[in-house]
Amino acid sequence: MNAKIIDRVMTVVFYAIALLLIVILFGLIGYILARGVPKLSLTFLTGPPRSLEAGSGIGTPLFNSLYMLFLTMVFTVPIGVGGGIYLAEYARPGRLTDAIRAAIEVLSSLPSIVVGLFGFLVFVYYTGWGYTLMGGALALMLFNLPLMVRTSEEAIRAVPHEQKEASLALGISHWRTITDVLFPSALPGIVTGAILTAGRAFGEAAALIFTSGMSSPPLDFHDWNPLSSASPLNPFRPGETLAVNIWKVNSEGLIPDAKEVAAGASAVLVLSVLLFNVLARFASRYVYRKMTASKS
Amino acid sequence: MEAKPLIARGRSHEGLRDRLGFIGTLFSVTIIVLAVAGIYLFVFSKGLATFFVNQVNVLDFLFGTEWRPTLTEEEGGPKFGVLPFIVGSFIVTFLSAAIAGPIGIGAAIFMTEIAPPWGRKAMQPVIELLVGIPSVVYGFTGLTLLVPFIREHVGGLGFGLLAGVIVLSVMILPTITSISVDALSAVAPEIKAGSYALGATRWQTIWRILMRAGASGFVTAVIFGMARAFGEALAVQMVIGNGKNMPTSLLEPASTITTVITMNMGNTVAGSVENNVLWSLALLLLLMSTVFIFAVRWIGRRGRMMSR
Repeated sequence: MNAKIIDRVMTVVFYAIALLLIVILFGLIGYILARGVPKLSLTFLTGPPRSLEAGSGIGTPLFNSLYMLFLTMVFTVPIGVGGGIYLAEYARPGRLTDAIRAAIEVLSSLPSIVVGLFGFLVFVYYTGWGYTLMGGALALMLFNLPLMVRTSEEAIRAVPHEQKEASLALGISHWRTITDVLFPSALPGIVTGAILTAGRAFGEAAALIFTSGMSSPPLDFHDWNPLSSASPLNPFRPGETLAVNIWKVNSEGLIPDAKEVAAGASAVLVLSVLLFNVLARFASRYVYRKMTASKS
Repeated sequence: MEAKPLIARGRSHEGLRDRLGFIGTLFSVTIIVLAVAGIYLFVFSKGLATFFVNQVNVLDFLFGTEWRPTLTEEEGGPKFGVLPFIVGSFIVTFLSAAIAGPIGIGAAIFMTEIAPPWGRKAMQPVIELLVGIPSVVYGFTGLTLLVPFIREHVGGLGFGLLAGVIVLSVMILPTITSISVDALSAVAPEIKAGSYALGATRWQTIWRILMRAGASGFVTAVIFGMARAFGEALAVQMVIGNGKNMPTSLLEPASTITTVITMNMGNTVAGSVENNVLWSLALLLLLMSTVFIFAVRWIGRRGRMMSR
């Protein structure tokens, strides 16, 4: 009889734990949105940040975040998929492969600030670039490659063996088999991986404060020549992203409405994370339908 | 598997493509390996410069309790004791793991054993979402919600180790939960069925069977959480108060290894002692993270051996 009572009590305890978790999540997201969403307006989303007085917008940081996301994905996706293909198709069991896997595992668990410091040394100091969006994008690439490699490898490994064997049996070369048979079948998984990676890159700040800097030069939003120094598209200029901006306005505390600006920016970040999650869920299904004749 | 396609060998063009493709993927992997090697090489060489170039005593560095990098020679020389930061890092790491560990594992047990199927379906995205929330957002929430709450209801300034511990607990909770869920899902259903068949209640099955079968997975989950807590910089920096002294209470402002690096790296000149000392802190962080990573690998291997 006693055992049954304990069982009941513990069931209640487990329900309480689950409830706590859900309350934390909804409390957190609800708080950020309740504080931040009223702040969102076109002028806030597009306005430039101010360094001393109230009334900052997040236009420049938001643009920097999106542009940085684009830059880093340009590097991360091809290299990550390449690494995934190597591990799924070429790597033979042995010391070398073990070492490569260990390296990927280590890289994925290193604190982002260590990756940022490495980026500072290599992409800021040794290259002589100073703080640049490019340096930030490369640091983010290092930080995100393990996730991209792992999801690509899994996606390629999940392709049925018969497809690959049929292709090889037809006399098609290994590389052709990879690009024309395995890659299209693995694409839905790769797309999901890429979106998850993008979501992580969008919110990252610690790896960026020492690589892409904490401020932007005055930008001329009519100048779209990537080589001109005032152009927003110039990848070799400093640029603080949205996440860095939240940290900066709070820790420097130079503007009187820092909390309000950070609340608005946090709401934008959280909404973006929600969007990336939803996208990751639906994009792979969409790609799957596009690539195959299946209706599911 | 490794059959050489006949046509590829016959046509030199295809053969070349084949080779180039392989080289391309090898190049991708090489970048990752070089990056990891580079990180260790650079952090070690910069971090050790403090002791070999600037002649700072290792023991004074590790066990000194005074952090006064700008003190002049006449006033007793600059002092680079980082023990308060090391202690701060370990306090927030262990306390947050002690809070988030049981809750995270409990939530995982709820999701796999107790919740009806729809409950698990509802909680999975909740966990994924929590993992994805950027750390600055956790920091900002801590700063505007938690710090004032602690100031008014618990005491002190609000900024301090306690705020850091709570923010980190919430941050690592989803990490611990999702890894524990994976561990529990891997437990063979036969041993659970066996337990129920013997008349055990659900709690008895959880406590006597699942807690043991999932043990290595739970430890892995908690170590992953600790690694994340130890390496987290900005969220902690926003709420911990950045005190420089040895922490004596959870309510006092303190610092961790990561927050000191974050705060000072931008203000010091590259190559100076003040700057090299920060790299030494980064070296400590790197070494500690490596310990966490290899602990996880070791436990993973042992766990697999035991389950056989």
